[in-house]
Amino acid sequence: MTETTHIPVAKRPVKWGRVMDHSILILGSLFMLVPLLMVLQTTTTTDLETIKNGPEFVIGDRFDDNFMAAMFKASGFSGENTGLRMLINSLILGIGFAIGKIVIGMMAAYALVYFRLRFATLAFWLIFTTLLLPLEVRILPSYEIAQQLGLLNTYTGLIVPLIASATATFFFRQFFRSVPEELVEAARIDGAGPVKFFIDILMPLSQTMIAAMFIIMFVYGWNQYLWPTMVTTEEGMYTLVRGIKQLTQDLEGTNIPEYGRANMLALIAILPPVLVVIIFQSWFVKGLTESDK
Amino acid sequence: MAQVSLNNIRKIYPNGYEAVVPTSFDIADGEFVVLVGPSGCGKSTLLRMVAGLEDISEGALSIGDRNVNHVDPADRDIAMVFQNYALYPHMTVRKNIGYGLKNRKTPASEIEDKVQTAAKMLNLTEYLDRKPSQLSGGQRQRVAMGRAVVRDPALFLFDEPLSNLDAKLRHQMRIEIKALQRRLGVTSIYVTHDQVEAMTMADRIIVLNAGRIEQIGTPAEIYHRPASTFVASFMGAPPMNLLTAKGSGGRVTVGETISVAAEVADGPVTLGIRPEDIEIGPTCDIPFTVDIVEELGAHRLLHGQLGGQELTIHVGKDVVVSAGPIRMSINPDAVVLFDAKSGLAL
Ligand SMILES: Nc1ncnc2c1ncn2[C@@H]1O[C@H](COP(=O)(O)OP(=O)(O)OP(=O)(O)O)[C@@H](O)[C@H]1O
Ligand SMILES: [Mg+2]
Repeated sequence: MTETTHIPVAKRPVKWGRVMDHSILILGSLFMLVPLLMVLQTTTTTDLETIKNGPEFVIGDRFDDNFMAAMFKASGFSGENTGLRMLINSLILGIGFAIGKIVIGMMAAYALVYFRLRFATLAFWLIFTTLLLPLEVRILPSYEIAQQLGLLNTYTGLIVPLIASATATFFFRQFFRSVPEELVEAARIDGAGPVKFFIDILMPLSQTMIAAMFIIMFVYGWNQYLWPTMVTTEEGMYTLVRGIKQLTQDLEGTNIPEYGRANMLALIAILPPVLVVIIFQSWFVKGLTESDK
Repeated sequence: MAQVSLNNIRKIYPNGYEAVVPTSFDIADGEFVVLVGPSGCGKSTLLRMVAGLEDISEGALSIGDRNVNHVDPADRDIAMVFQNYALYPHMTVRKNIGYGLKNRKTPASEIEDKVQTAAKMLNLTEYLDRKPSQLSGGQRQRVAMGRAVVRDPALFLFDEPLSNLDAKLRHQMRIEIKALQRRLGVTSIYVTHDQVEAMTMADRIIVLNAGRIEQIGTPAEIYHRPASTFVASFMGAPPMNLLTAKGSGGRVTVGETISVAAEVADGPVTLGIRPEDIEIGPTCDIPFTVDIVEELGAHRLLHGQLGGQELTIHVGKDVVVSAGPIRMSINPDAVVLFDAKSGLAL
């Protein structure tokens, strides 16, 4: 076996370019993976061991305990912000944000593309400029408004101000404009009014686009940190990304830091976006590249 | 079934461009009318105004006995077949054909019956559960037809429906569409820039040029009695020969060659003669120099010079000719004379 494979390999000239390419790839992968593996490792040992020995190559047996602690142990005073609660809050934020964004984006784009509005172009550019004003820029007025409307510590307050941005409108507008005019006209002659056309024709055609948008928006919403930190003060409303921060605050105290639990929570926080991307991946690529229809 | 009448229909696009000058014509019930003309002459614009997809700037349009200027396309009782088929990509053939009926609240069982009938008529039965992307161009074209016939409309509108098909399929579909229209007896307006389609399918042809009607007539009238030099050179492949000629003393002459008796005023005229109305043979009276012989199997085309002007002659496949001087004569009855300036037939 070694004989037969060895000989042709030895004869082939070494392609340094390829070696180079692969080295870069491998180094890059390690750069991304090692911290993740370290996180994974600490979730399997006790906090004491982590403190004493630092990161190790051994896999401990504390995965279950750490998992239970991360999911069900409350970290605040109220006892409401368990990992599970925060996971649910994060899911509500991610899904609510993605769906809200898609629905509003699609409807705005539909109006802009298919109706002869008087100031359609102006309206589009106005919407477009919101791309230049992400929430971080307008965070004080946004907070002020959310507070006056009594939206602090509500899901509405968490989600709606984040939705106000043009990305989805922009993508759907581009997509709708690529739908052939003849298709629209055929539907008109076939007696499909605006609502029917939207539901029967445009939505099914946009499937891949919707999936792509869903991934991007879900991950974006999930990863939000600043806004949730501002509008949620009740521990029962904390999202994962914000809750982890609170655990790491404990690390600065005098107790033994809960490395296992915090890292486990980080792992749990990574998982849903990863799953969404894996599940929707093939649609995602289609949605952003496919231009026919 | 319905007659269609256009009364001074005009189209000015929002940018101020006048795509159709005020135009009037009537289409009889069950008639197949073909709109033909070069690219950009306003054929689609006219058709789309009839469909209701484009606003009518001025004039009155009626389908049946009803003025439809402000009626929504869906309520005009028309069906349209588009150049790119415009099938709904996510729907099966069955749903594509039935969609118009479904929107009109037709009961499901009735839709199914009608779709089956239409599919049978168009040989689509075995493809009913496929998506458009799984069909060939010809089959897609049939689905588009099916979508039109299933509704049993008063008027069919076709906008270059065959231009995306290859030559053979186009020929076949041309015959199928014509036969179908005959059978159903539905009034039809068919837009094309292919004059063969126009000649073969039409009951009547309307030749458009720059938003203006040049001539309305049966295919034979259009071909043999063109109303202008534009029609003469647009219809027919190869087109009619147009020669600079002179009228004097009751005769029209082309240099020292052709001379025919005609009651025209003295002065310049244009003389038109179809390539197949020219004969060749040793006893003929006019000398002609053949430059190129085009072999087309069923016949040959001789291109050459007649006293310094280009001329094309159509001869049968049995007539053997090679480049060089020959003799020809024309059929004086087939000559059409045009005003040298305006190009209108005299
Ligand atoms: N929306 C529009 N705004 C302004 N001008 C237009 C518009 N649509 C068409 N035109 C112009 O009107 C004229 C007629 O267009 P139309 O589409 O009817 O031509 P057509 O005869 O169908 O040509 P083709 O054979 O290429 O399809 C063209 O000169 C075109 O440039
Ligand atoms: Mg056209």
